[in-house]
Amino acid sequence: MTDTPLGPDQISGATPDNALRNADRAAAKDGPHDGPMLAADGTPLRRSLNRALRRQKLRALALVAPLLLFILITFVAPIADMLFRSVENQIVGETLPRTVAALDDWTFADGEPPDEAAYDALYSDMFLAAEAKTHTRLGGRLNYETTGISSLFRQAGRGVADIGEAQIEAIEDSSEAWDDSAFWAGLMLTGDEAAADTDLLADARARARIISGEPLAMPDETWPSAAAAAALPRTAVAYTEFALYTWSVDEDPPAEEDPWEAVWLSLALDLAANPDAPSAFSGAQAEALSAAQAALPPGTADFSFRDAFLEMDEDWGSLDVWGTIKAFGGPYTSGYFLSAADYSLNPEGVSAMPEDEQIYRTLFVRTLVMSLTITLSCILLGYPVAWLLANLPLRTANVLMILVLLPFWTSLLVRTSAWKVLLQQQGVINDILVWLGIVSDGGRLILINNATGTIIAMTHILLPFMILPLYSVMKTIPPSYLRAAKSLGATDWTAFWRVYFPQSVPGIGAGSILVFILAIGYYITPEIVGGTKGVFISNRIAYHISTSLNWGLAAALGSILLVLVLALYWLYDRIVGIDNVKLGG
Amino acid sequence: MKLTKFLMASSALTLTAGLAVAQEATESPVAGEEMANEITIVSWGGAYQESQLKAYVEPYLAMNPDVSVTWDESSGEAVAGLRAQNEANNLTWDLVDVTAADAMRLCDEGLAMEIDIDEIAAPAPDGTSAADDFTEEMLVSDCFIPQIAYSYTFGYRNDVAEWNGNTPDDICDVFDLETFPGQRALEQRPHNNMEWALICDGVAMEDVYDVLETEEGQERAFAVLDRIKDQTVWWTAGADTPQLLADGEVVFGSTYNGRLFSAIVEQDQPIEMMWDTQSYDLDGWIIPAGLDEPTLNRVKDFLWFATDTQRLADQAKYISYGPARQSSAPLVGQHAELGVDMAPHMPTNPDNANNAFVQNYEWWADYRDDLDAKFQAWLAQ
Repeated sequence: MTDTPLGPDQISGATPDNALRNADRAAAKDGPHDGPMLAADGTPLRRSLNRALRRQKLRALALVAPLLLFILITFVAPIADMLFRSVENQIVGETLPRTVAALDDWTFADGEPPDEAAYDALYSDMFLAAEAKTHTRLGGRLNYETTGISSLFRQAGRGVADIGEAQIEAIEDSSEAWDDSAFWAGLMLTGDEAAADTDLLADARARARIISGEPLAMPDETWPSAAAAAALPRTAVAYTEFALYTWSVDEDPPAEEDPWEAVWLSLALDLAANPDAPSAFSGAQAEALSAAQAALPPGTADFSFRDAFLEMDEDWGSLDVWGTIKAFGGPYTSGYFLSAADYSLNPEGVSAMPEDEQIYRTLFVRTLVMSLTITLSCILLGYPVAWLLANLPLRTANVLMILVLLPFWTSLLVRTSAWKVLLQQQGVINDILVWLGIVSDGGRLILINNATGTIIAMTHILLPFMILPLYSVMKTIPPSYLRAAKSLGATDWTAFWRVYFPQSVPGIGAGSILVFILAIGYYITPEIVGGTKGVFISNRIAYHISTSLNWGLAAALGSILLVLVLALYWLYDRIVGIDNVKLGG
Repeated sequence: MKLTKFLMASSALTLTAGLAVAQEATESPVAGEEMANEITIVSWGGAYQESQLKAYVEPYLAMNPDVSVTWDESSGEAVAGLRAQNEANNLTWDLVDVTAADAMRLCDEGLAMEIDIDEIAAPAPDGTSAADDFTEEMLVSDCFIPQIAYSYTFGYRNDVAEWNGNTPDDICDVFDLETFPGQRALEQRPHNNMEWALICDGVAMEDVYDVLETEEGQERAFAVLDRIKDQTVWWTAGADTPQLLADGEVVFGSTYNGRLFSAIVEQDQPIEMMWDTQSYDLDGWIIPAGLDEPTLNRVKDFLWFATDTQRLADQAKYISYGPARQSSAPLVGQHAELGVDMAPHMPTNPDNANNAFVQNYEWWADYRDDLDAKFQAWLAQ
């Protein structure tokens, strides 16, 4: 065998590459001729060969495609989607769009709650949200930031229909016409497209669609009336939303359904604000409107949504509540990442969490330190075992290998629970220590439900991941090197340290990366044996996914963990070099 | 406190009622409509799921031989599971057993269906409507169909020499390491622990949540918990405490009363119950939002049967949790296998319930995130 590498150019025989080259050569040898060299089927040889090459590449791609697609669809896409939640915050702007817009000119630093316009916007947002039952979801979201908003929103969803009761009752009593749902539809809707306010319809559709998540439509050949929209602007908006919602979601014709309270109250406010409104209509409609206008309780023109909300709950006058809505009004937020680093985004800006609520930085540091400790213990325990395995006669080594692999094949939960039995204070290890007289009965060691328990159990569980790469690397180190070193006068230690150990470093590298990265994301074992001082950041992530439902914060913590791991990997590459890692000979 | 009164009143009936005839089930309102034949029921696994199986799932299957039930033991993850299924648009659960607090959250999230209890649950045999039979105190959420009342309470070992014959009978004994030395087991979340600490600190039960809302109140609670912090194992699964007590790892621990019942009565461990300041909680069904019509009909048909007076009373033969209906209480009898009277083991028994506490779900819905962060930070210190 020669040392010359056998590159593609040296391969003789029929490959598409060679064929192409031969074709070129043949073309040159033949000298100038009329056209390109042709294949048997008459196409130019070059093209035909290119096609063959392309086909080969496509076939190769098709072979990897299932795995590639599988990874993209089941792994990369969901993770990207989950991580995206760490900044996503559309829910506030989608549920309370008018309120968020009304807060544009208000700042927390003003020192007082926003003006009537914001409460007015909140009323119409909250009414629709309560109909779509999305208000409680938003309340839950904002409650992560400011305690108490959850019940404030839940209560507002229930109470919003009672706002303006006096006005609504006054209209109801003023004329029987108002009890007739068809009368309302006749007043607010038109069958004539030319007399319709299509802009209003489009706006209301867009708004109601976002909150209900469904494409909403009016009954066939029905539009909001432009005349009604001009004379009674608020009512037209409220009625259109009602009609869209009733028709699309509840599947009832609006002419058969009693309009929402928000429509009634809007009518009262329109009539109070515009004394000439009834004159835009005629006949029974004008009569009913005039009667309603006359019946309005005094003070309707100055109706205050602010007072109505404050009556429901005084917290609606709280700066913190409004400041939170404002601070989290945007479609994206840095709030989750700040929380994940023990800071908080609050109405006044960014500030550190109070000391008694700081937890994540501690947990990140603990996760890293304990994972490193576990990796080190694995090296210390695994190295001699791997050495034994690599140097014992094959038969003995195989038996030992099974001992290494057996726990590897046992269920993780079983192994962790077994550690519980062994390590607890009335457990096997403490019993033996007491029996041997090493510790007294009253001074039993606390080996579980703390960091010690996590380190012991996880070192045991991850040990095979260290031993196996070490073993396969050590297997390839020729024993003659050690003998040569000794024959040249090296002591046992020098021979090991200067000759053997450097050659086994790639195995340590591979094992360490495996163990460290597995350890950093471990969840079940710390949960069971870690108590409170031995749990990892992953346990907190799991808590936010399954218990507090704060998926945004969980995603932010997960993203930070991912970046940390990548950063450490980069650092490792810089210091040790990733080429210096071997999983085998 | 109304719930306490209701629970006590209903269990007082237990003692007075003599022989009651097993009630026949009535036909559900959806009978005759098209129904799916396969449903997936989510529950807690273990003895509790077993009691549901024996009390009403097996009888229901006997009546409807075409139907098959798949169990999923994921109630602990119900809220996250339903949210994930909802986002993936792939609903695989048809009926979910959850705690009242989770039912409230699922309802808030729009993941559980709002129901009218009178259309879902049968009236009592005497004609009382379901809403009145369950009472308003039990119907804590518009989506919740109550099944049982259980309680968080304490068990202690009755063979601790260092206690010199003293037996704990007051919530403060949990926090008293001098008279009752030894390790404790408490749940690894603020619920109940904070309340117990404040009650021990002299706060009246009805004021607990008002005090706990304030920074000073929270500090007071932590100060009491600090007394035993170093001597406490913090559990996350209800089965931990009975195991820790049985192994002698702890001498005093909180858990669900049914778990302690099985450790004491069924497994005959040297453990006793301390009922003082037991904290009531509710458990029941929710129907996930978005079921198709035939499945929903089947679920409704099943619920009509499974939540009727006799079936809820039957469940108490297998587990020591109080049925959620007033009308079920007089029908509660003896344990199905051991033959012991169940009444003295019910959290609602008057002897046990004379100093009971009721969790405020709505309050916790607001303060859970905030207090949990503080609690975990306190634990990590």
